[in-house]
This record gives sequence, structure tokens and C-alpha cells, in this order.
Amino acid sequence: MAQSPHLRIALAGKPNSGKSSLFNQLTGLNQKTGNFPGVTVDKHIGYCQLNATTRAQIIDLPGTFSIYPRTLDEKIVSEILVDATGENYPDRVVLVADATNLKNCFLLLTQMVDLQIPTILALNMVDLAAQAGMEFDIAQLQKQLDVPVVMINARTGSGLDELKEKMAAPLPKSSLHVYEPDAELVPILDKIQAELHLKSRHAAFIVLQQWNQMNFLPDPKKKELQQLAHDIRFFPAKYQGAETVQRYGFIQGVLNAVTSKVADKEWKENTYLLDRILTHKIWGYLIFLFILFSIFQSIFLIAQVPMDWIDQGFANLSSYLSGVFPDGPFFDLITQGIVPGIGGIVIFIPQIAILFAFISILEETGYMARVVFLMDKIMRKFGLNGKSVVPLISGWACAIPAIMATRTIDNWKDRLITIFVTPFMSCSARLPVFAIMVGLVVPANNLLWFINLQGIALMGLYLLGFVAAIGTALVMKMWVKTTEKSYLLMEMPTYRTPKWSNVGYTILEKTNAFVFEAGKVILAISIVLWVLASYGPGDAMQQAEQRVTAQAQQNNWSAEDTERVLAAEQLENSYAGKLGKFIEPAIRPLGYDWKIGIALITSFAAREVFVGTVSTIYSIGSTDDTATVKGRLKAEVNPETGGPRFTPAVGFSLLIFYTFAMQCMSTLAIVRRETKGWKWPAIQLAYMTGLAYLSALAVYQLMA
Amino acid sequence: MAPGETAVIAGFHDEELSVKLLEMGFLPGSSVRFNYAAPLGDPVCVTISGFDLSLRVSEAATIAILR
Repeated sequence: MAQSPHLRIALAGKPNSGKSSLFNQLTGLNQKTGNFPGVTVDKHIGYCQLNATTRAQIIDLPGTFSIYPRTLDEKIVSEILVDATGENYPDRVVLVADATNLKNCFLLLTQMVDLQIPTILALNMVDLAAQAGMEFDIAQLQKQLDVPVVMINARTGSGLDELKEKMAAPLPKSSLHVYEPDAELVPILDKIQAELHLKSRHAAFIVLQQWNQMNFLPDPKKKELQQLAHDIRFFPAKYQGAETVQRYGFIQGVLNAVTSKVADKEWKENTYLLDRILTHKIWGYLIFLFILFSIFQSIFLIAQVPMDWIDQGFANLSSYLSGVFPDGPFFDLITQGIVPGIGGIVIFIPQIAILFAFISILEETGYMARVVFLMDKIMRKFGLNGKSVVPLISGWACAIPAIMATRTIDNWKDRLITIFVTPFMSCSARLPVFAIMVGLVVPANNLLWFINLQGIALMGLYLLGFVAAIGTALVMKMWVKTTEKSYLLMEMPTYRTPKWSNVGYTILEKTNAFVFEAGKVILAISIVLWVLASYGPGDAMQQAEQRVTAQAQQNNWSAEDTERVLAAEQLENSYAGKLGKFIEPAIRPLGYDWKIGIALITSFAAREVFVGTVSTIYSIGSTDDTATVKGRLKAEVNPETGGPRFTPAVGFSLLIFYTFAMQCMSTLAIVRRETKGWKWPAIQLAYMTGLAYLSALAVYQLMA
Repeated sequence: MAPGETAVIAGFHDEELSVKLLEMGFLPGSSVRFNYAAPLGDPVCVTISGFDLSLRVSEAATIAILR
């Protein structure tokens, strides 16, 4: 079959212009998220059959007001649109404009035109503009801008057929030139344009301004441009200001010619009314707290049901497979290493999906901008930023999507601090550890009729993590130096009902990111740990087996008891067991023995592995019927004292340790990617482990 | 400025920030309305040519206004 013509079309526009809705409408489920090369910016790519013969690749560019970038997301836009030789350079651009606010949207449009990229203008939210009493003369607009104009509604999909038709049809460049650089710059710009194979003089102008942000330029070329800009005393800020003013002058002229205000209606009344409540000094914070509380409750209560199914399902799968497979190390790897490893990843999907459903709804409605507005001043006291709130909340589910959510923070220092402290937020992997330890050392008494001591302890641990995050941020604020200024400048979008399909796409995207980013690390480590726990040096493992078999015959153990004792003995004699004994001197001051040491090591893939490991290791020597993990731990005797192994001191020491420790390889891997190096993950690991160790030491020594 | 008041933009004190303000539509000669401040007094919400946005007091302070 012959390959159909393939167009590359980029969607551009300011944030909240309906770009993502249009992207979802055009591509449906035929989309994926990747990364732009060299930078950690999500790249949304999809495919759309425009007509019978034309298929287009659609790139959803990050939302931006102009091609003078501030955030990482925006930098990629100017680079893509300038580098005509790049793999992402679009054949044409669809500029999505918010009809209620054309002025701001047209800035980018005039830049597109000057870059000589064939452009279609998609006017979105025309219905809202009509409510505001605005009407447009579309024919006049087409004539003035010399680009095709299509009215669409990205939420309902109306106007899409016409847009697709225009997207597929031959599209000449606009004949318009809005901004002309100074005459003295022209020869220099023309030379840059020719050398770099750029499509327009304006592209050369952008390159001269932003040479240090153009990743496609080789280093010597950047040096050359730096020297050139220095020689001709080229100050970007001055030119950008003048350019923007000139562009707005042009835009005002166009708008005067095409818009008619038929009525003067205050269409934003509802938004202002809602803002009065939602940003009220008392109600605003109360409502925010209530929403946080609901998210929290949903993550732990609603998600529990599917999580139990997944847990049970994978356990059943594992035992089913070990029943049908023959014995052998390869099949053991599948049933004991890979299947539980995948299960350990899948089990977090419900919580992550629920969390991002909430976050996406809050963003869709426009409420998130108000949260940033409410929290900015408070967060800034701690070296953070209003935009740090979303990552910190996400941290309750999982640090991995949370750290990826920091990309919206434009200031590097604020972003770095947010990345650094997010893993202190108690993620869902800590919950199983908390649950078992709290259950063991805190009595289940009710303080009042509804307040349970265990519940209070659990809440206290979450609070402790939050305090650690805030405190660390405060320290880092003083320690990390930056010359970059921190800006807030953010649109306050009009309130809208969320578009549910957009929420669905966000959930899919974030869950995917978790499964494939964190999943591969968790799986790899699970396999390594399985090998460490299943093999031992020399013939230690065989000896353990012989010993247990002899004991079993002597004492008439049942097959089940024998198996449990054997598993424990084997773990003790495995490489993991040796490692646990090796680190015992270091963890003894915290009240731990080598058995807990093994659990500390194995839980490095994911914290919840702790529970599985202690339940195996504490089977050693005990053959009485204590089926539950909790029961077995409770029955465990400390040979030195004769009392229980898990005294309150040991329990609390472990709880504190897990609250603070960076027991998560996948988080470290993500931090490495987002900070582009091993420096910050290394500092983070050392700091968090150090804090965990010292705090656990203090707790144990004080309580014991 | 008090909430609800409108003023005309005269210019900017900070060149670097002015580029960003300009592109958001803060043009000399256009009018800006102060809607309300966040509960702790910072940031503030303003309207410029029908467009609502929030900015910090320190950022707003770089805008020179005429009344």
C-alpha cells in the first residue's frame, strides 16, 4: 500500500486557549506522550486522518504567549519553530485563539507569520465571546491577516470538519510582515539565516537573541553568536520590548477593523462572584482544605477496593503459575520475581488515577490558578512557589508524577527546591509499612467516640513528612543561590465546567508515565533483589535446606510449617541475608536486628516490599499458627531481652525511618532526569537517609 | 490603588520584566483595573484589556501608572 501524504502540523496558542481540547478532539486515543530530545518537556503527538488521502501528525506545543520563552515548556516552542532542519519543524501551524481575548492570542500569531510558517487561525470560544457581546467580521479578519480563519468549538467539536479541510488543503504563507528589524541588522540576520538554513529573517533574529537556548546549535556556533551579539551591542530586552509594542499596535488596528461590540455585557459576573468566595480570607482556605481532605480520603478509602483486588489477583496469578510451571530457576524468576514485581507497580495505579482525576478537574475548572493565588505568599516564605502546591499534593500518591509536575515552575531555584522536598510527602508506598507498624505498637483505643489513636498516629506521620518538606525547603532557600528572578504572572482563567474527556486523557497520560517511568526501575530492582534473596554464597542454601529437612523429620512438622521455616532459613543464608547481617552494626543503635536490615535493603525497590520481607524472615524458628504478618511480628521474641522484638521504641523508630528515608530508586532516577545529573539525587539520598537515621536513632534512644 | 480602581499604564521600571508584562498585554496607554488581592495581600488580581491575571505585588510595583 502506498504511503499517504504525511503532514506535520503543530498546534500553538496561549495557555487556556483550548489547545489541548482541540488536540484531543483531533487525535482521540491516537496520541502518545514522549519527550522532546535533550529536555524534559512532555511532547504530545498524535495522528489525524484529515481526509481520504491525507494523514497528519499533530504536535501539541506547550502553551505560550509569545516565542520569548520563560519556562522550560516555552523554550521548546521557540526552538521548534525556528529550527527548520529539526525533526519537529512543522509544515504548518494551527494557532488556537481564545475569541474572548484575541489581543493576547494574536501576538503569537504575528510572530508565526513573520517566521513564514503557513498558519491557520482557529477561533475558539466564539460562543463565550458572543455572550460578552463581541462579534467578528471573519472575512475582514482573513483579509487583514492573510491567513485562513476557522471558527471552532474545541469542546463540542463543531467547526472541526472545516478546520480539517483547511489543514489538508494547500496552504500558502501569509504575505504579511508585521515586524521588520532595524535596517542595520538586516545583513547580519540574512547571513545567519543562510548559514543555519532558517526559513525567515525573523527566525535569524530569534536565534541571535536566544542563541543560548537553541539546543540544535553546536557549541562553537553558540560562541560565535555570543561574540556577534556582543560586538554589535545587541540587547534582546530592548528589542523585544519595542517589537512587542509594535506588534500590539498592528493587532489593535486589526481588531478595530474586525470586532464590533454589539452589547456591553459583564459576562464574567459568575467568575467574579465565585472568586469572592474562593479567594476569601477565611472561606477560600477552608474550601481549599476541604478539597485537600476529600482528595486524601479518596486516595485512601476509594482506592483501597481496587487495590485489594489487584493484590489478591497477582497473588493468585503467582500461585497459579507456580502450580503449572515445572520447577527451575527460570520459572521461579517469573513466579517470585517478575509477577510480584509487576504487581507492585500495578497496585499503585488506582491511587495515581484518582489523584490525577482530582488535579485535572481542578485545573479544567480554573480553580488551580486560584490555589496558586491563595498559596503563593505562604509558599514563598519557605523558598517555594504557589505552583509548588500541585507537586506537593501529588506527592501523597507518588513522587514520580509529582516531580514531573514541577515542570510548570519557571524559576529554577523554586523548581529545584520543590523537587528536592517532594519525596518527603508520604507517598502511598509508605502506607503499608505505616499500617503494619502502627497496628503493632499503637493501641486501637478510641480517644473520643470517633477519634482513634491509630488514626491519629497515622495522621501525625503524614504531618511529620509535610513538616520535613517545608523545613527542608526553608533551609534550601538560604543555601541555594540564584540570580534568576522568580515570577508569578499567571492568567486567572474564567471558571468553566470540566470537559470530562480531557480529564480522562490526563489520567491515562499520568498513569502511563508512572507505569513506564517508575515501573521499569521497580521491575529491574525487584528482579535483582529476588536474585539476592534466592541465591547465597557457596552451598549455604543447600545446607540450610538439609538442616530444615532434618529438623522437620525430627519434630514431625507439617509440610506447610516446613516450607515456611525453609523460606526463612534460605533468606537468612542468601546474599540479602548476608547483607542484612553486614549492616547490622550500623542499624543496631536504631533498635534493629539483621532481619530488619534485610527488609531495609529489599524495600529499596519500593517501600511496601518491607512488609513482604519481614513476613518471610520472621518465620524463622517459629512454627506456631500465627498466620497473619502482624501476629507473627507480635509473637517475635528478642533473644537478648526475652521480651517482644517489636517494642514501641523499635516500632516508632522504624516509622520515623520510613517517613524520612529516600527508600525509592525510581524517584532517584526521575530526579536525575529532571535535574540532568547525579548531583541532586545524590545529595537528596544522603540528606534524607541521614535525617532518617538520626531521627530514628533519637526516637529509639529516647524511648528504649 | 484600591480594589475596583482603574489606572492607565505609563511605563515600566524593570526592563527585564517589562518584556513579559508587555507580552501579557500591559501596554503603555492601556488601562488596568485592580480587582482584588489575595487574602495575605499578595499576589493581586488585575484585569487588562478584558484579561484577568495575577501577579505579585513586587511585579506590579514595576509598572508606573497615571490616574
